[in-house]
Amino acid sequence: MTTVAVTPADLDAAAASDVSLRRFLHGLPGVDQVGAEARAGMLATRSIKRGAKLWALDMALRMTDLTTLEGADTPGKVRALCSKAMRPDAVDPEVPSVAAVCVYPDLVPTAVESLAGSGVRVASVATSFPSGRASRAVRLADVAEAVSAGAHEVDMVIDRGAFLAGRYAQVLSDVVAVKEQCGNAHLKVILETGELRTLDNVRRAAWLSMVGGADFIKTSTGKVAPASTPAVVLVMLEAVRDYAEATDSLVGVKAAGGIRTAKDAIRYLVLVNETAGQRWLTPDLFRFGASSLVNDLLMQRTKQRTGSYSGPDYFTVD
Amino acid sequence: MNEWTYEPAPESRDIVTLRSSYGLFVNGEFVDGTGGAFKTVNPATEEVLAEVTQAGTEDVERAVVAARHAFDEVWGPMPGKERAKYLYRIARLIQERSRELAVLETMDNGKPIRESRDVDVPLVAAHFFHYAGWADKLEWAGYGPAPRPLGVAGQIIPWNFPLLMAAWKLAPALAAGNTCVLKPAETTPLSALLLADILQQADLPPGVVNIVTGAGETGRALVAHPGVDKLAFTGSTEVGKEIMRAVAGRRVKLTLELGGKAANVIFDDAPIDQAVEGVVNGIFFNQGHVCCAGSRLLVQESVADAVTERLKRRLQSLRLGDPLDKNTDIGAINSAEQLAKITELAKSGAGEGAAQWQPECALPERGYWFPPTVFTGVSQSHRIAREEIFGPVLSVLTFRTPDEAVEKANNTPYGLSAGVWTDKGSRILWMAQRLRAGVVWANTFNRFDPASPFGGYKESGFGREGGRHGLEPYLAAAGAAEVTGG
Repeated sequence: MTTVAVTPADLDAAAASDVSLRRFLHGLPGVDQVGAEARAGMLATRSIKRGAKLWALDMALRMTDLTTLEGADTPGKVRALCSKAMRPDAVDPEVPSVAAVCVYPDLVPTAVESLAGSGVRVASVATSFPSGRASRAVRLADVAEAVSAGAHEVDMVIDRGAFLAGRYAQVLSDVVAVKEQCGNAHLKVILETGELRTLDNVRRAAWLSMVGGADFIKTSTGKVAPASTPAVVLVMLEAVRDYAEATDSLVGVKAAGGIRTAKDAIRYLVLVNETAGQRWLTPDLFRFGASSLVNDLLMQRTKQRTGSYSGPDYFTVD
Repeated sequence: MNEWTYEPAPESRDIVTLRSSYGLFVNGEFVDGTGGAFKTVNPATEEVLAEVTQAGTEDVERAVVAARHAFDEVWGPMPGKERAKYLYRIARLIQERSRELAVLETMDNGKPIRESRDVDVPLVAAHFFHYAGWADKLEWAGYGPAPRPLGVAGQIIPWNFPLLMAAWKLAPALAAGNTCVLKPAETTPLSALLLADILQQADLPPGVVNIVTGAGETGRALVAHPGVDKLAFTGSTEVGKEIMRAVAGRRVKLTLELGGKAANVIFDDAPIDQAVEGVVNGIFFNQGHVCCAGSRLLVQESVADAVTERLKRRLQSLRLGDPLDKNTDIGAINSAEQLAKITELAKSGAGEGAAQWQPECALPERGYWFPPTVFTGVSQSHRIAREEIFGPVLSVLTFRTPDEAVEKANNTPYGLSAGVWTDKGSRILWMAQRLRAGVVWANTFNRFDPASPFGGYKESGFGREGGRHGLEPYLAAAGAAEVTGG
């Protein structure tokens, strides 16, 4: 029979072996891709105006993990990004800070120093981001480096190869090991949905990560196309909602990659609101992984408050 | 700060110019009628929108004569490729004026603007485009080498999809070379009259389409008129039977698209979240004013609790209110009469022992409203499981095996549509072969396409609309003139 209602005891039993994990994950209700995309498409037609829009723009800013993940990243680039994170709009101190700055592990010390005392958190990708193709020891060392340098949040990648080969227990024990290595740092588990391809896989990987102890599940590294899509985020939001129903614990969702406009961001907030519910409308439970999004949010915010658009040159490029 | 409410986002009504009164559209012009006038109201506010002419017997006569003349002199002899140009032009004008049509439809009908904008009007244009393509290809439609039009088509349409039903009737009739006398429903005449404006704009020759507004009497006059070669009706089974009696013994080709009591069947391996969406779309789309609505939910007993729980949670997020608000999911009931009928049937459901559930939802003070309603513990013998409610009321029944699902789904005098939800492809085919319904949707519901034939079994009527099949009711095969009276 299809597993619809799940209890914590079921989850413990499911985690025992590849066989039991397979039975559990493949027993979750399937996802009809056409239906999921239609639902996400319908919610994209919601019209968010005036006060509701201002609220959403500010919330989207507060939910953003301002990100730079390039081979060319330097301490100077990261410092510039950190000042943008703390005060996104150079001329308006009322604009809220973003949630976090997201960098590679070697740049965590720079970010920690720049953001000290600001309340903006430091997130670091780890576990041989973005491919994850390294031994577990190497990946855990990556995590240890980030955490000891002061990262508050760790964004790990799952082993998509193991997942697609059906070695679910291996993926699960990876997540458990990284979670342990994280200590007090929050763990975001990147599913890399662009490589999992099917929404059934997205739902299964989401549950697998949550059972392993993820504080957040995250769509993408941003290095694989397609990155975040509304249908994928819809399925992940359904997963955290159902997981909360089963266990009473709240897991967050991070949509990352390809979100560049305020309009897109607001559509994601509508998805959150009408799928997981109001409870998830907080930076503690929903994040955007983005870089250019912030300036569009600022531009729309200014438009909403002053009634006129200023040009892109009125917002800092960092 | 952690409270997010969407502010009102009403679509502007400024794009619509309402006249205080409307005449009949006969022979290419708006003319006065002889039957007096009636008022059409916005069901969401009870505001009177306009006065509309009641077409009397003489007016119907004038319309049929105009249609006959246009058929003999202009439209019948015109080559198909020329007719196609008019249909393409009408389709493009509908697209150009889509917002105006959508706003007016919502004002007169009460349906949410999201639906009139995203479903009704795009489908209206799509139907004209589809049949424009057929106009010069009728020899290849499969109805003989030289199929001919029948002549004058009398077409009577309902109030649930006023403009869309007009398109379903007019587009195939015109493509096949017939001329039309269309009677819109008395509670929703305005979008058809705006369409008349578009037909003028498209320079459609006078008399090819005539629109006579009015209530049942006007419809009866049209049905009784000896100059009509073809009748097409969409509406209640009761009126459909009356029409059948009226045309008995006459040489009139008839198609009827009547009521329904569709089963939406959810198996235990269904994609549950999408199935719940499908149930919502099946019965709460257009306030349940849908002849093919999935008004009976048949759910496998092993997942019944889980499905109803999720359904109830989902219904709490439905947004009921101002139909012109772009975020509204559930609009107004079309008329006081329909509201009374829904209320009476819902009362019978509770009276017969089913458990009624409604989400917390404030109803506007003015206008006609009914909250989304779910009945659980319904059995086959309850009235709410047998009779068409034509409102936002869902009856939930359970089954144990696929055979039982088929048996219960077919156990109705109707047979218009059905839905099947399962991840198993072979079961979908197995079910589709056994369900006696004109349309079987698999893992979706209430999806329409001009290329897909639509129509009923049993008391849901006969004849198909849409696609190649939709041409048949408007064509006589070569040499078949004597048989069909063409």
